[in-house]
Amino acid sequence: MSQTEKLAAQTSSANGTTPLSTNPAAPLPPKPLTAKTLPDDEFFFGHKGCAGCGGALVVRQTLKVLGPHAICALPAGCMSAVGFNFPQLSFANNAMITPFAATASVLSGIEAGLRTQGIKPEDCTVVGFAGDGGTADIGLQALSGAIDRNDDILYICYDNEAYMNTGIQKSSLTPFGAKTTTTPAGAHVHGCLTRKKNMFQIVAAHDIPYAATASIGYLNDFIKKVQKAATIHGTRYIHVIAPCPTGWGTREDETIDLAKEVVDCGLWYLAEFEGSQLCGMPGGKFTVNRRPKEFSSVEAYLRRQGRFKQLDENDVQEVIRERDAAWAWLDDLAAGAK
Amino acid sequence: MKRFLSGDEALAEGVRLARPNIISAYPITPQTVVVERLSEMVEQGRLNAEYVHVESEHSALSCALGAAATGARTFTATSSQGLLYMAEVLSYAAGGRFPIVMMNANRALALPWNIYGDQRDSLALLDHGWIQLYVQDNQEALDAVLMAYALAEDERVSTPVMINLDGFALTHTYETVDIPETEQADSFLPPYRTKNKFDFKHPVNIGYSAGPEFNRYYKHAAHWDMVDALPVIDEVEKRFAEVFGREYPGALEEYRCADADRIIVTLGSVAGLVRQVVDDLRNKGEKVGMVRLRYMRPFPTERLVEALLGVGAGVVDGSCGADGSCGDGSGAVGGADGDAKGRVPVARSIAVLEKDISFGAEGTVFTNVSSALLQAITRKLPAGTCALRDICNFVGGLGGDDISYEQVQSIFSLLKQRAFIVEDPNAAHVEVSAEASNAASGAANATTYVNLLDPHKKVYFLGIDSLEEGGVR
Repeated sequence: MSQTEKLAAQTSSANGTTPLSTNPAAPLPPKPLTAKTLPDDEFFFGHKGCAGCGGALVVRQTLKVLGPHAICALPAGCMSAVGFNFPQLSFANNAMITPFAATASVLSGIEAGLRTQGIKPEDCTVVGFAGDGGTADIGLQALSGAIDRNDDILYICYDNEAYMNTGIQKSSLTPFGAKTTTTPAGAHVHGCLTRKKNMFQIVAAHDIPYAATASIGYLNDFIKKVQKAATIHGTRYIHVIAPCPTGWGTREDETIDLAKEVVDCGLWYLAEFEGSQLCGMPGGKFTVNRRPKEFSSVEAYLRRQGRFKQLDENDVQEVIRERDAAWAWLDDLAAGAK
Repeated sequence: MKRFLSGDEALAEGVRLARPNIISAYPITPQTVVVERLSEMVEQGRLNAEYVHVESEHSALSCALGAAATGARTFTATSSQGLLYMAEVLSYAAGGRFPIVMMNANRALALPWNIYGDQRDSLALLDHGWIQLYVQDNQEALDAVLMAYALAEDERVSTPVMINLDGFALTHTYETVDIPETEQADSFLPPYRTKNKFDFKHPVNIGYSAGPEFNRYYKHAAHWDMVDALPVIDEVEKRFAEVFGREYPGALEEYRCADADRIIVTLGSVAGLVRQVVDDLRNKGEKVGMVRLRYMRPFPTERLVEALLGVGAGVVDGSCGADGSCGDGSGAVGGADGDAKGRVPVARSIAVLEKDISFGAEGTVFTNVSSALLQAITRKLPAGTCALRDICNFVGGLGGDDISYEQVQSIFSLLKQRAFIVEDPNAAHVEVSAEASNAASGAANATTYVNLLDPHKKVYFLGIDSLEEGGVR
């Protein structure tokens, strides 16, 4: 699609005449994939990720959904550090490393380069995998620029809640109370004092065509969102919680369980945003995919992780208060959308 | 077609003729006119490229990087703080061997904040693996774009190129420029073809990490490929001359140097002024010349040494050399007929005039020129080589400061005076003889060495330091 056609498509879609939601060249809507029907093909293997790494699962499962024609870009971070060690290169797809702050802008360049040369396969998703720091801190400006241009890219943030690659330092997605090497827990301060930046709300405020939150503990939900994102043109953003045994102070075999529990106790949520062009509603539409009737214990979730060991009763109550406030916002959003 | 264009506009015409697929740029004075014109060309359909409105210079070059990885031809432009803001990405582009072409409008660096021209921005980034070209006028700016792509995309080179235009002095100054026809440009610059890109049949991982056991091989290759780009520059210019009829002198330009006893080495638009002073002084019988460095990377060490020391001058006819018979001490010596280029061996003083200072050291161009000369005088040079009396550094034009006609005149007269500031009595009369000439490591050079060791006699700030004999502060 040329730039002019792209603009025309956006305009007509805003008028509600041409839905932007489906890939016009795809003959049939893709069959919904589940954990059971995912292809056996491996596109990310032989890497040096830690045992129990949540981020590696994000990349692996995403590429199984997107297939061999996806092109990946990864900034400095765990996944590039473990996947790009010459001569042990771990991507079966076309892939490249990017400057730390430049995930989104390199993705934009790849997409535009392929399109202007007329060599972009119909089933090619240009996808980035950046960590929480690479997304919410240093990469936020480039991401905002790409969404503003509505470049046809999929941006996946694998959120392990700190700069894990450099040895567990606080990012703006590190939750309140988490101990990191730059927010050490002592008698005076009990770990991280800031709250988790709300990336989902930030990208939705750009009226991005599609945004979602996910967890590798709810694999089918995540797969479904990746698959949906792959059929949408324009900028798409998926924010997926990916526990890190090394940084969280948990056992390797607890990763999936933790990724479930953080949703069940309400500290993370599974939601979607469809931009106004996609859903035809001014301001876009929010959907909460999973609303636990009763939350499981926040304290149990916190206490099983080394990084929260130092929290006292007041701290735990503070975390619960903030969870409830976040859910009041989410419930409002979901209600407003109906 | 001849048109009256600013440097920015001329450069934009060059970009149009080069047919990039992707232009990603962020506005900054005095580059802005380039991106304005390119945006208009895209809108009008005169240029079939996608203009990506990035939100920063860092993203501008990163976007070009991603596009280059797909085999697209890419262009970006910036200046000053913008260049430094994207500095990190320069090494990604060079290390990935992506032939991105960038225009940089040379401009001062803050603080104090200043939008006017000097060359501290690009010279601060000499080590980032980019080919760096400095043009002297608007025609060269246009032509440089086409040649830059030809050079960058040559598979022996595969290195990004930065085209530097002096801020305002070139970017915003109008000259008559000949705009080539599209067909001519197409015949000179075919579409970009590379293997260094994504491949859907055989996917590749590009831009990975390489540990200490491999890293040196990448850096070694990048270095030697850049050095070996020097003859490719000549090849490209020869082909350019065949197609467009305009000749360029390669990595540097020698102007009236053959028998000069004083030479100013400089770069960029100020070369026009120095050229004028050289002509006027020559009319008065003074033997002065200029070397204009066009490329700072790759650095044309051999050609510079040849130009400054007149290596082998006068030996062609055998009248000057091993028997020590050439030279009568007049400065117009036995080899006055000169070699094929008319070179004659003389004792020379050299000034490097640049819009840059590396604080606490000296101008960076001066460092590079001095290093080339030092390497030369420590090896056995052919008979008839010029003796090096002195070399000093003039820093001017900072933050858009004017470099005046009178200042350039003063530099030449100071060079004359400094040539007699000698501490070794044997060197006081530097006879232009085979002995003196041969002895690049002899008396005359001992003198030079003394001067080099005295910082107050080495770096002169134009407009501050006195250019009278011996006078600094």
